[in-house]
Amino acid sequence: MRYPKDGRFGEFGGKYIPETLVPAVQELEENYLKFKNDKKFKKELDYYLKQYAGRPTPLYFAKNLSEKIGGAKIYLKREDLLHGGAHKINNTLGQALLAKKMNKKRIIAETGAGQHGVATAMACAALGLKVEVYMGYKDTIRQKLNVFRMNMLGAKVHPVKSGSQTLKDAINEAIRDWITNVENTYYLLGSAVGPHPYPVMVRDFQSVIGEEIKSQFKKLENKTPDCVIACVGGGSNAIGTFYPLVDTSAEIIGVEAAGKGLKSGFHSATLSAGRKGVLHGMMTYLLQDKEGQITETYSISAGLDYPGVGPEHAFLKDSKRVKYHSATDSEVIDAFLLLTRTEGIIPALESAHAIADALKVAKKHKPSESIVVTLSGRGDKDVEEVQNYLDRNTK
Amino acid sequence: MDSAKKPTLQSKQMSRIKEKFAELEEKNQKALIAYIMAGFPNEKTTLLAVKGLVKGGVDIIELGFPFSDPIADGPVIQNASVISLEGGTKLTNFFVLVKKIRAITDTPLVLMTYTNILYNKGYQKFIAEAKKAGIDGFILPDMLIEEASEYLKSAKKNTDTIFLISPNTSKTRIEKIANATTGFLYLVAVYGTTGVKTEIKNYTLKAIKEVKKQTKGKIPIGVGFGVSTPSDVKKYISVGADAVIIGSAFLKLIEKTPQNQIEKKIELFARSLKKETLNVIQK
Repeated sequence: MRYPKDGRFGEFGGKYIPETLVPAVQELEENYLKFKNDKKFKKELDYYLKQYAGRPTPLYFAKNLSEKIGGAKIYLKREDLLHGGAHKINNTLGQALLAKKMNKKRIIAETGAGQHGVATAMACAALGLKVEVYMGYKDTIRQKLNVFRMNMLGAKVHPVKSGSQTLKDAINEAIRDWITNVENTYYLLGSAVGPHPYPVMVRDFQSVIGEEIKSQFKKLENKTPDCVIACVGGGSNAIGTFYPLVDTSAEIIGVEAAGKGLKSGFHSATLSAGRKGVLHGMMTYLLQDKEGQITETYSISAGLDYPGVGPEHAFLKDSKRVKYHSATDSEVIDAFLLLTRTEGIIPALESAHAIADALKVAKKHKPSESIVVTLSGRGDKDVEEVQNYLDRNTK
Repeated sequence: MDSAKKPTLQSKQMSRIKEKFAELEEKNQKALIAYIMAGFPNEKTTLLAVKGLVKGGVDIIELGFPFSDPIADGPVIQNASVISLEGGTKLTNFFVLVKKIRAITDTPLVLMTYTNILYNKGYQKFIAEAKKAGIDGFILPDMLIEEASEYLKSAKKNTDTIFLISPNTSKTRIEKIANATTGFLYLVAVYGTTGVKTEIKNYTLKAIKEVKKQTKGKIPIGVGFGVSTPSDVKKYISVGADAVIIGSAFLKLIEKTPQNQIEKKIELFARSLKKETLNVIQK
């Protein structure tokens, strides 16, 4: 699916939006298509990605971890080393630059844990744009530090008190704002979700991850990786990792949050346990009840706590090109601690889902084979959560 | 395709909504359409409100079925959705409620909800069941014509598919949307969600006039979103609206009225609005 003209990945994707937004998404698509191959735009984005965000990120051979596990060699794609501490900046720089080219004076964004909100606030500060961020009220309490960071970066944070007061409601509210201020506002969506062209545009901005993996691995081992693994919430770091490798022979695995277990009802494993439906402008897999009401999700990592998933993942699942696994909270905590202690790298809890699965997969592979895991973010934001978990579970 | 036969077939099976507009035209009236949320705050109140609406002269009733994530709705309908869902509104009891309403009135009933509710059950199955209960048409604010082929196919037999247009919708799109629309064309009055009260905008009045001109009376134009008072009704009708849709204002009234006065209060408010749709002179 290089560029799905009708916005469809197989039966997934599309545009399910109020009519008022149609001119806005059309304008966005036209401009995206115009600028994505524009030399000047690409050069400018490249400059910010290198000089501001810190690209390229290293592909690090986790020797201690690999030896400890036994089996395949585990490489880490260090998106955690980017400015802001996560892959989110790849997308926010791209979209903020696009918004600037489109002469949009006002930027809005949604955020769950606050990572996308912070990355948006950073990109907008750097490019001189005004931004307002919608964040579920519950998340503003859970992730207070990110609210402070956004405020300091000059963003206005709107706590959202409707619905479950988390990411899905923040997206609802951002869409409502967009409908109201459609004429001057750019909606900077943070994951590979939403109506066309967002899923494809966010994928393209994040594909720098997979492109770098491909060329770096080629230099290191003169082949493509045998396997790549990334965590999936909305799925932006995963699609950015996978997309450049879909046409290769690499085994590709996405890892969802199984929370307290897939049968517990407390998880956010949309592809593993969901059904097809329509939410936030797209047809995709959703966690919903029998009547089609969207259900509340749970994950120890706020960044994976979302009842939908990017439509291209839904397509890759059904076409069987990508396998989707899941990891429970306790597996994730174990992986978090193991990576921290063996390599001195504190992963974000989101990324620790990918690590947890890699530990299982590595054992099934030969030592001559290699797995690349995208470490989408760093875990400083999560240390309190992990400590609390340990306090609760070790007594 | 036997084109000569088509009109007869259509007139024979004329929908309740179409009949209603024909009837109003004869009487030189415009349509008052009222929206209420099913099960807000409970089923009994919904039934009492429907009785009030009918007595007050409402021409078409829009029944909302709640969805967990109503992106096109403002705070009033969002809140009503939450209360309705928490009160246990499900499709099965909703369809029973529709049948109860059908037992007391012939007023056309339009179901307004979001795409996922229909998709989840299957468009065909959902629409057949709704139709059987007494629903005459559908409004799905997150359904674009580009995504609607299966929905339209399932609805073609005598259920109206009411699409929305906005003041920023291009002329070419209006043409396409009007072609897929039956019943009436829903013109969203303002940039925004439902129920947000602002002064009447010039761009809205301009949009009404232009859409009327473009559609040449082939389909009635209903104006909704932010319409709440008799003077709003009067103004929109004076520039050419064939119908006005009022929702959040009814829900606010339901919210603050004790159950034993619901029927009367709703009737009085509806009548004050309906008055503005009688003997109209359009510029």
